[in-house]
Amino acid sequence: MRRAWVVALNTFREAVRDRVLYNLVFFALAMIAASILVGQVSIGIEEMVIVSLGLSAISVIGLLIAVFIGVGLVSKEMDKRTLYALLAKPVRRWEFLVGKFGGLVLTLTVNTAAMAIGLFLALKLVKTSGEALEGPVLVAVYFILLKLALVVALALLFSCFTTPLLSILYTVGLYIAGLFVTEMRTLQSDRMSQALRVAFRWLSYLLPNFENFDVMGAAAHGRAIPGMLIAQNTAYAVLYCAIVLTAAAAIFTRRNLK
Amino acid sequence: MATAAIEIENLSKDYPFGFLHLKRKTSLEGLSMRVEDGEVFGFLGPNGAGKSTTIKLLVGLIFPTAGTARILGRSINDISMHADIGYLPEQPYFYDYLTAAELLDYFARIHDLPEQERKTRVDLMLKKVGLETARKIQLRKYSKGMLQRVGLAQAILHDPKVVILDEPMSGLDPVGRREVRDIILELKKAGKTVLFSTHILSDAEMLCDRVGVIVGGKLRGVGAPDEIVGMKAQGMEILFEYAGTDASLKPLLSKTTQTGRRYHLQIPEAELYATLQQLGVAGANILSVTQVKATLEEYFMHLVEADRAQAPAVEVSGK
Amino acid sequence: MISGASRVLLFAALLPGFAGVWRLQKTIDPERAAMYQEQDDLVLRSGPLLKAMSLEYAPLIADLYWTRAVQYYGNKHASEQTNIELLWPLLDVTTSLDPHLIVAYRFGSMFLSQQPPSGAGKPELAVQLLQRGIGANPEYWRFYEDLGFVYYFELKDYHKAAEAFLEGSKKPGALIWMKTFAARISEKGETLETSVMLWSEIYNSTSDPTIKQNAKIHLQLLHAQADCTELNQLASEYEKRNGRHPRNMREMINAGLLPGPAVDPAGYAYSFDAEGKAHINAASPLFKEQARNQKTP
Repeated sequence: MRRAWVVALNTFREAVRDRVLYNLVFFALAMIAASILVGQVSIGIEEMVIVSLGLSAISVIGLLIAVFIGVGLVSKEMDKRTLYALLAKPVRRWEFLVGKFGGLVLTLTVNTAAMAIGLFLALKLVKTSGEALEGPVLVAVYFILLKLALVVALALLFSCFTTPLLSILYTVGLYIAGLFVTEMRTLQSDRMSQALRVAFRWLSYLLPNFENFDVMGAAAHGRAIPGMLIAQNTAYAVLYCAIVLTAAAAIFTRRNLK
Repeated sequence: MATAAIEIENLSKDYPFGFLHLKRKTSLEGLSMRVEDGEVFGFLGPNGAGKSTTIKLLVGLIFPTAGTARILGRSINDISMHADIGYLPEQPYFYDYLTAAELLDYFARIHDLPEQERKTRVDLMLKKVGLETARKIQLRKYSKGMLQRVGLAQAILHDPKVVILDEPMSGLDPVGRREVRDIILELKKAGKTVLFSTHILSDAEMLCDRVGVIVGGKLRGVGAPDEIVGMKAQGMEILFEYAGTDASLKPLLSKTTQTGRRYHLQIPEAELYATLQQLGVAGANILSVTQVKATLEEYFMHLVEADRAQAPAVEVSGK
Repeated sequence: MISGASRVLLFAALLPGFAGVWRLQKTIDPERAAMYQEQDDLVLRSGPLLKAMSLEYAPLIADLYWTRAVQYYGNKHASEQTNIELLWPLLDVTTSLDPHLIVAYRFGSMFLSQQPPSGAGKPELAVQLLQRGIGANPEYWRFYEDLGFVYYFELKDYHKAAEAFLEGSKKPGALIWMKTFAARISEKGETLETSVMLWSEIYNSTSDPTIKQNAKIHLQLLHAQADCTELNQLASEYEKRNGRHPRNMREMINAGLLPGPAVDPAGYAYSFDAEGKAHINAASPLFKEQARNQKTP
């Protein structure tokens, strides 16, 4: 397991040197601009707008990083053959996968935390009401991170056996499908057979449910998020990531490198 | 009897190819051989013969379709065995955003080397391959020769008992090749086992205790370079200069190849003394006398042609 | 290294994993539902802001909001809740993002204007929405029809209604009855006949199932209203003959005033109250609809 950590740190180092973290500059500027302009656009709901904008930006930027770097985690190393020397060393293939996963999640954690700080600063600037928004917003950011970890796991899985372009399509496809899970479950169409309806219900539970992590509404209005939900979502993310990583390991462990 | 450093039994590898992956291409068929402890073993063969395939199978990058192999008595499936082997890939490429020192440190950590030992070993390796001055430069700026040297460094970083090198001389200039040869000889002196593949026959002749020749996925012959060729001196070659016009030499001269004033003459060994006398009397200037031997190259070409005659010349590639 | 068989086993081991996921999800769902029960949520209500954020995907996002609007209304209607305050913001955003989404205006005008619980009870907002629709789609005559509708039914402003119908009748493709309505309404105000014709027109011209259903119910109620008026007339006749009002349908039939039981469009016989006035039977589904739409004959 310690070797996985070594791989993880190196993956983080790679992200840093690839200047991934520069996106934070863009984010900071956007947040500043938003804080200044929001007063002109909507009175009385400045905080709500900042929170909505900020959380959306954190989510979108995080997703971009998770997907675009995630799909290359394994395939890039196989294409460039940097993997060859490494796998001849006493490191198990699953340790390598866990390390790559951990490294990107670490990168995202650092990135997200920095953006969260920026968001809190922006909130301080526009603070109008005495409402304590910080708690719910922090939870919302944490949930975004959980969601990103799950996306990374999926991207990693596809990276193990298909090209980057297809991996992007599959990962994004699964993400979008995971946002509409509730609709899938309650699909009401008289034209659908019972069998199809049952199939959709099953699917709605099997697919990664990304809706679980969406609490932007509550955060924007400063409504507390139940601790139970925090525990449940954490467990969900951990469990689902474990499933995906296990599948990835099963695939990658017997993969012949070219 | 000592356990062999590397034992290979009936190792085979084939690949699916073609539309829907229905056909199979054999890149290695029933390879069986041993590499003894402490020897330098050369793996020879033309491109696509199966040398790289064998090496990748040994090192765990690909998995055999049949057969087994053991390194230092442990199965190739045993990852912990990797702690005792070093591997240099063909045309190595490493994380280009790292410096040489950082890369070696990374690998040292993977090898579980304790901190102090890490520093020492990394410094030692860099010095050994002559990259000390370039240690802080990012690998993306390295030339091919420098990358090859980094590759060699990471292969022996952890002082492994068995070192496996895939085409270690490829792409190197004569200086680089000389350096690699020296390192291999150093390893031998230190009692390590070295297996390397190459298609440069002169290197094999010079360095190896034994060679194995692979053509078309099958092992064709194993043995010391001399033995394998079944060497017998085929004659003597005389190099001389002659500016005169002695008519008695004419029949002799007609058997020579001439470049300017120099002549090459090949004669059976038995005739050497008489010929030298004849040349001496005629006033020729003898420059050198050497033994002509069948070379590894001829043996090699013979094998390749035989193989090509049997099967169409389709390059067997694992890609 | 693992063999082929172990690989299959590994994949099989994922099954309990998914079972765990399923169980977890079941506990998450009620937790989230509880969170959102107190207050519906539409975080971003600013149309212009959303439009700026949507870039060229505005029509797509408009569709998403439109879907949400329909679902929102459907859910509220099905659970018989009376608070439909989010309908306006949803439609506001939808039409800001895509000013040419015709059905949004038509849907909005109908369900914003109707009295709760079947509508939001905000006819002024309906008018505002329609005027925006007209502004973005000036040649679409049906908006004038809807406008006139709102003025006629909810705002009871027959002058403005007639104006709307007249204006609309001039637009390309307008059907001839627009002019007729204009004239009739400015002359007579609200009549049963006009109402029936308006609702029939809506029913026939729309393909949106919710709107169609709504129109159907209104037509049925009007039909019942007409029936009851007629029944009351017959009841007066009965009173004239027998000195007292009829207690039930049977008496009317025995007296020869009715050939058989009079039933409402849902098939239930009308009942008579203590004063002998005809009403929709309490057992009929129309009774509930009537209460909803607060239209008492």
